[in-house]
Amino acid sequence: MKPPPFEYIAPSSLEEALAAIAADGEAKVLAGGQSLVPLMNLRLAAPEQLVDLNALDGLDTIGEADGGVSIGAMTRQSAAEQSALVQERVPALAEALARIGHFQVRNRGTVGGSIAHADPVAELPATLLALGGRVTAASAARGERQIGADDLFQGFFTTALEADEILTETWWPALAAGSGWSVQEVVRRTGDFALVSAVTLLRVDGGSVADARIAMGGVAARPTRVTTAEEAITGQAPSEDAARAAGDAARASVNPTGDVHGSAEYRREVAGVLVERSIIEAAGRAQG
Amino acid sequence: MAKSVVSLSVNGSPADGLVEPRKTLADFLRDELELTGTKLGCEQGVCGACTVLLDGQAVRSCLLFAVQCQGSEVTTVEGLAAEPEFDRMRQAFSDNHALQCGFCTPGMLITTTALLPMLSGADEAEIREGLSGNICRCTGYQGIVEAVTELARDGS
Repeated sequence: MKPPPFEYIAPSSLEEALAAIAADGEAKVLAGGQSLVPLMNLRLAAPEQLVDLNALDGLDTIGEADGGVSIGAMTRQSAAEQSALVQERVPALAEALARIGHFQVRNRGTVGGSIAHADPVAELPATLLALGGRVTAASAARGERQIGADDLFQGFFTTALEADEILTETWWPALAAGSGWSVQEVVRRTGDFALVSAVTLLRVDGGSVADARIAMGGVAARPTRVTTAEEAITGQAPSEDAARAAGDAARASVNPTGDVHGSAEYRREVAGVLVERSIIEAAGRAQG
Repeated sequence: MAKSVVSLSVNGSPADGLVEPRKTLADFLRDELELTGTKLGCEQGVCGACTVLLDGQAVRSCLLFAVQCQGSEVTTVEGLAAEPEFDRMRQAFSDNHALQCGFCTPGMLITTTALLPMLSGADEAEIREGLSGNICRCTGYQGIVEAVTELARDGS
């Protein structure tokens, strides 16, 4: 199918883009277009106006900031994936990026676009949540503000961004010494949407897990931290038995819905398995 | 909706058009420029039939609007003849029976063009992953994988 008609503007400055979305409540921001344009082609989305950010300068930088890496919202996923800084300082993000769609999609898709879209099974929202990153949002009326990952994802394709705000930058904490990470997902075919995903960050101190952040996709309307599994593994030596117990805690607490690709029961089972695997892998890396 | 003028370079030649914003690059290439080598399958970024090179990078032309390509350089399958690897690619696809109906072939050739520089020393699993963004419903992929394996091996 073809997209419905819309007005198109391609501002050359962020100020101009912010003024445009503040003026038209029905306007949609166009970043890489790898999620929005399919929705428009399927006529599931029919924005009256598209504000294309692709002509803006300065939103595609990658740099060290604040003990982590900041990545401009319009940075192509492929550029972030190939960044030596990202690979070295935030390896979980590099792994998550490589699992988005196919390379042709990552050549166009952006880091900020994926997060603002907030697909409950997408890789980057769950990774931002597991790592405890944050984003910068800008508006014409109120300037800039920071939103932490724990507050950002609010529901099905819904974030804390206001209608007049544009996500301008993402920030990802660097992997700390003694910490390990894991990105796990079950997909039917390479590049498909994940049925269920788990991104885990563990800090191991003195042979036991001192901190755990476990974020899952595909088990709720938004990327979700599984606090029952985090609590089950914290304070424990990361043995196979302890990882299995945390997986059981995840199974008992997540409440996925089923669809044609997998039943709710199947997703619940997979959630437990992925939590278990991700803890073992993350703990191995933390102690390696 | 008001139409806007778009000027880009397609296969090395200037191409201008007057388009509605909603005209995708794929439809612009096919309908306005009559470059029908680029195919449209799913129109939602999944099948890869519409893959073209935009400023040298493989992208889905069904997920781009022509107005966004102002000033860009687009290469379609029709322009691949100018690529240094094209004769070898054509021969390898022919020798290995890497096509049947041919609908996916333009996208496969564009993807292969973008992939080849990255495939030096790649094993079959890596080649299959590289090709996974292009769907073929005829061949079962074996011939395509063999053609690209041969190209990657002989090119290195």
